[in-house]
Amino acid sequence: MTMTVRPRERLLFEGADWDFATLQRIHDACEEIALGELGLDVYPNQIEVITSEQMLDAYSSTGMPLFYRHWSFGKHFAHHETFYRRGMRDLAYEIVINSSPCISYLMEENTATMQTLVTAHAAFGHNHFFKNNYLFKLWTDAEGILDYLDFAKGYITRCEERYGETAVERTLDAAHALMSHGVHRYAGKTTIDLRQEEKREQERRAHEEQMFNDLWRTVPVGKAKKAGDIGLEKRRAALGLPQDNILYFLEKSAPRLQPWQREILRIVRHVAQYFHPQRQTKVMNEGTATFVHYQIMNRLHERGQISDGSFLEFLKSHANVVFQPNYDDRRFSGFNPYALGFAMMQDIERIVTKPTEEDRAWFPDIAGRGDAMGVLRDVWANYRDESFISQFLSPNLIRRLRLFHLYDDPEQTEGVLVSAIHNERGYLRIRRQLSREYDIGWTDPAIDIVDVDLAGDRRLLLQHIVMNGCYLQESDTKLVLQHLADLWGYDVLLQEIDGSNTVAREHAATPRKIVQS
Amino acid sequence: MHIVDRRLNPRGKSLENRQRFLRRMKGAVQQAVKRSLQNRNIRDVLDGGEISLPIDGMAEPSFRRGEGGIADHILPGNRAFVEGDIIPRPPGGKGGKPKDAGEGDGEDGFRFVLTREEFLDVFLDDLELPDLAKRRLAETEEETPFRAGYSVSGSPSNIAVGRTTKLAMMRRVALGRPRREEIEALQRQIEECEDDENRLALEAKLKSLTEKSRRIPYIDPLDVRYRRFENEPKPVAKAVMFCLMDVSGSMSEHMKDLAKRFYLLLYLFLSKRYKKVEIVFIRHTDRAEEVDEETFFYGPATGGTLVSSALAAMRAIIAARFDPAEWNIYGAQASDGDNAHSDGNLTGQLLREILPLCQYFAYIEVGEEGGDSSVSRSPLWMLYDGIRSEPLPLSMRKVCRRSEIFPVFHDLFQKRDAQSRVTP
Repeated sequence: MTMTVRPRERLLFEGADWDFATLQRIHDACEEIALGELGLDVYPNQIEVITSEQMLDAYSSTGMPLFYRHWSFGKHFAHHETFYRRGMRDLAYEIVINSSPCISYLMEENTATMQTLVTAHAAFGHNHFFKNNYLFKLWTDAEGILDYLDFAKGYITRCEERYGETAVERTLDAAHALMSHGVHRYAGKTTIDLRQEEKREQERRAHEEQMFNDLWRTVPVGKAKKAGDIGLEKRRAALGLPQDNILYFLEKSAPRLQPWQREILRIVRHVAQYFHPQRQTKVMNEGTATFVHYQIMNRLHERGQISDGSFLEFLKSHANVVFQPNYDDRRFSGFNPYALGFAMMQDIERIVTKPTEEDRAWFPDIAGRGDAMGVLRDVWANYRDESFISQFLSPNLIRRLRLFHLYDDPEQTEGVLVSAIHNERGYLRIRRQLSREYDIGWTDPAIDIVDVDLAGDRRLLLQHIVMNGCYLQESDTKLVLQHLADLWGYDVLLQEIDGSNTVAREHAATPRKIVQS
Repeated sequence: MHIVDRRLNPRGKSLENRQRFLRRMKGAVQQAVKRSLQNRNIRDVLDGGEISLPIDGMAEPSFRRGEGGIADHILPGNRAFVEGDIIPRPPGGKGGKPKDAGEGDGEDGFRFVLTREEFLDVFLDDLELPDLAKRRLAETEEETPFRAGYSVSGSPSNIAVGRTTKLAMMRRVALGRPRREEIEALQRQIEECEDDENRLALEAKLKSLTEKSRRIPYIDPLDVRYRRFENEPKPVAKAVMFCLMDVSGSMSEHMKDLAKRFYLLLYLFLSKRYKKVEIVFIRHTDRAEEVDEETFFYGPATGGTLVSSALAAMRAIIAARFDPAEWNIYGAQASDGDNAHSDGNLTGQLLREILPLCQYFAYIEVGEEGGDSSVSRSPLWMLYDGIRSEPLPLSMRKVCRRSEIFPVFHDLFQKRDAQSRVTP
């Protein structure tokens, strides 16, 4: 850090106050560095200045500027507000939306330095990541999302007018409960185009009513015996089973849903899908944004565009953001994605520019290549948390964070085993295990719809493959299954299949009459 | 780049969501209260204290892994461990599993602690006095005036001076009425002026100014405002509640306790429902007396049993003080069912006289703890049961256990359709 006196004219701002001209100057200065020096590629930016109340609003509706109405957002608002008013928690640093133009919210209470930091972090860091990461490219439609949400909001309001708030609320409650199992995990044939979705809604609805009637027409009415002849495989194929996207299956095949209910499931599913990449890239996304803001702020200071005082203010917030408490610290609550991501990005930069012998052995492809930004841009585009950690968590960083691996087997009564620490024998195991903790396929319970009893009572059969003896949480499962049964319209059975391929537990639910209108 | 100022957007974007949440929350609390009534002792409520309710309806469930099973964790900040160490689990902890990272965020912060008043509010909220409808609506309406802004006409006593002068000032400033000091200064100038030509100019100016101030009055009728009042009709419920209790020797302490609890609830309920409600306490042995609340609930008394005495007292009080044409009359009677055999006819006759005057009459028969609350063969029960077949507003229940008081009360005063009568 160079502490020289700069000509005052070059400063972007003085003191804490800002106005719109300042924001424009800040943005332009950040842009110059981001595009010119770091070689980032971003969506056009739109910066919105909001109040703290609006920030709470945005928080509670999963950060989206427009969203349909539902009581749970009110609940989250009340929850966040309590914490905020009691001074127990600060408001979000920033909220940024994966859309084109990319919308970043700045809070009016922020100082000019904080506005610079947020602009660099969100409008350039996150923005670049959204535009370039393969998951976002594959699964989200930045151009269409805002229009789609507008459509969704309007659609749900119209449903409430026509079918009553309660009916819509119950459908939404049920859909929300299944939201985590409403995403396609593997790339399909088509890319997402939300505008198209919206246009085709009418057409599709009419079409689907026919389609789904057809499906159920195949159920033998008179000659029940014939049903036995339908082979299991054939039946499964007809329904597209097994299916892990429960919402998708219900939308397409639930026999008793109204067309509007299908459309609501579809909306919730699209929203879930839109957020799915964010769930898989928390560490990378925040790491990228933090790395970018750190670079930009440093350059701004070097160029004399922000004062020493404001640079110190920045360093203080930056240190807060990337603070990682140790496991025995009272503040510890798991890994801080900002801290881990930022540390790994900086580590990659170090490996590329100043590698040690160890780095050369572990990362032959990038060690000493010299072009840190080039390597990082490539990483940002082509990895998600799980693959990123399994590729780039270096022994150096494992030592620095003093990582260790606990193996907790309830059978083992003496205690918890320390199965690996930050030494030669442990690096690979720690890296593999940590990457697994960020693998959604591994952390989320694997639940598939496997069969429908078409011949009998139309009972829906689901299976949960139990891993490591970890069964589903009892009370929640009951509630979710109830929602599922309500949507399906007939009984639902969930089997938990353990390691020896036997059914270890079963949960069942019978539909209530309420959802069906 | 585009900067948008959203701060001026309509506020309270999430207001609707918050209201929906509150509505839902209220429903959930009500359900929880009802559930908790089943196993709650009345003392818990009436002695105060706090009730906390976990809210099921607020949960947003999802498929999650539960506790147990083999778990792996990577943690930062190792200082002392080496590979192969066994760390004993903290005592009490089952899985030794560290808390879920950054999740959950205190979701169970949504527990509601209800004070006694709130609990009662919720509890009584879905109860209703039967036939709350007034017999003579016209007479029972009263009007209270409330402020409703300003009007341009009204009586002089209601003139709004502040508002009027404010409007006058606004008009004077807007039309440029010359100020008095201005005119006085001009007059002084004219007096002191020696130059004729100048004086003429000044006088002309003075003339125009005085004309202007005449044209633009200090206070114009247009400025005058009056305070406006509107009358709000207020229905006044004229209701009287008769509490009749048998305090004879055959009533055990347990029975008296049950009856008192019932009246206590009734009393709380009534004071929530009516702003002004007359309550008449009549206790009887072989003779009846009207007593105050304190004596009724806590005063000792004993003797024989003549139910007719209480009914006669009620009839007399109605005749003397509460004209049935104007008052809504409710009756509640608690007894162990005993009555002198010779008193049966008189009691039945009195009840038949009283019932048509009443909106509602509830009879609670209290029994010994452990008794069977479904059937009763007591003289009074048999007598009342005979009367019940006639279309009269009478309902009856038998109660033996304290825990039954709440449900029975709840049952008797449940909200019903306007038409349906209480039938046990």
